[in-house]
Amino acid sequence: MAEEVKLFGLWGSPFSRRVEIALKIKGVKYEYIEDDLQNKSALLLKYNPVHKKVPVLLHNGKPIAESLVLLEYIDETWEGNPNLPPDPYERAQARFWAKFIDEKCLPALWKALFGEESEQEKAMEEALQNLKMLEKELKDKRLFGGGGGGGGGGGEESIGLVDIAANFIAYWVGIIQEAVGAEILNRERFPVLYKWIDELLSCSVIRENLPPRDKMLAYFISRVQAAKASK
Amino acid sequence: MGEVEVKLLGSWMSPFVRRVQWALKLKGVTYEYLEEDLKKKSPRLLNYNPIHKKIPVLVIDGKPIAESPVIIEFIDDMWKHNPILPIDPYERSVARFWAKFIDEKLSNVVRMALFSEGEEQEKAVKESIESFEIVERELFKEKTLIGAGEGIGYLEIILGSFCTWLPAIEEGAGFKVFDSNKFPLVNKWMTDFLELSIVKEDLPPRDRLVSYFQQIRHFVLATKK
Repeated sequence: MAEEVKLFGLWGSPFSRRVEIALKIKGVKYEYIEDDLQNKSALLLKYNPVHKKVPVLLHNGKPIAESLVLLEYIDETWEGNPNLPPDPYERAQARFWAKFIDEKCLPALWKALFGEESEQEKAMEEALQNLKMLEKELKDKRLFGGGGGGGGGGGEESIGLVDIAANFIAYWVGIIQEAVGAEILNRERFPVLYKWIDELLSCSVIRENLPPRDKMLAYFISRVQAAKASK
Repeated sequence: MGEVEVKLLGSWMSPFVRRVQWALKLKGVTYEYLEEDLKKKSPRLLNYNPIHKKIPVLVIDGKPIAESPVIIEFIDDMWKHNPILPIDPYERSVARFWAKFIDEKLSNVVRMALFSEGEEQEKAVKESIESFEIVERELFKEKTLIGAGEGIGYLEIILGSFCTWLPAIEEGAGFKVFDSNKFPLVNKWMTDFLELSIVKEDLPPRDRLVSYFQQIRHFVLATKK
């Protein structure tokens, strides 16, 4: 039976891009369907009735949602280039940090960049603390790693779950900072994290699966202007 | 494979710790249980979970793992017999999806209701009810949960621990989220779940839990002001 893999995604969404990166690393052929946020497509409401969000993967007609759940699904379904290591303890650490990124880092960063002014200072402190913890976890590794071969040379051999999960930090934060005129992440404050960003973005499978910078920046700038206009 | 040394840092009043205890019990793993005083966190706890400073923490040959869903998956990876998560990748993804939903949209939101008052609490209660509506409508659509008597797996542990504790939290904080008439499918499942021997044994006494939640609510609200 021919395998049917469809991904409902959004060009600018880091969560959507995580799944694309994982699929690409595995060499899985898939059909990409861009979600039209304005008119949430009927298909999306059918396949993700709980959250009504992308990314949603449809594998032989069966839908799966939530990007971290998808990263594990992809790892378990298709052979080769795993994003999780075989050792149970190391797997647990990878899951722990991916969870930390989604539940602590990203919300704090988002609030620090976009939140109400009254919340921003506290969120900024929290975001900085979280990033420090994440940086500490890197130690002297080039990547968070744990993966088993992303093809090609350089750091790609060990792109792992945490590297993919941290894509927002590696790429989106810099763009959003520019759009809102804030600075949380910079090379002086986070030299080790920046080395990781450089390493990650040097991997072609990552670089080729990110939204174009200028288009992403323009999106956030217009978002900031719209927010100001509505005040 | 050699024996590993397993310790669990926990608290009698935590449903998250209970999850891990059920998982260890299902695998027949021997472990040392260490009760932590959350009002005065031990150097041991702070050393093993510096990021969140919370229980449960599983310590394997001196190496810590935190976050109950991560711990349960570790237990399943480490001891292969009596699998806790489904075998099929699709079913695993469904179990993980719902476990995430329950923790983010029920556990966390009910906690907000526990530690807030007035409008903030009302909002959290309303959100919790909406989440239960989704669970009643969507989770029970397919045969996702194991029925009673068939056993207990990952999703059952996650949902079951939350639902077991909920009545005591509601009573302790003085709000109502779970109306058994409104959620007959969840209610039936819960009633059967509570009859499982692995669940029934060692549950903390209800009045002790209620008293605990009353006190902790009072304490948190006082420090907020």
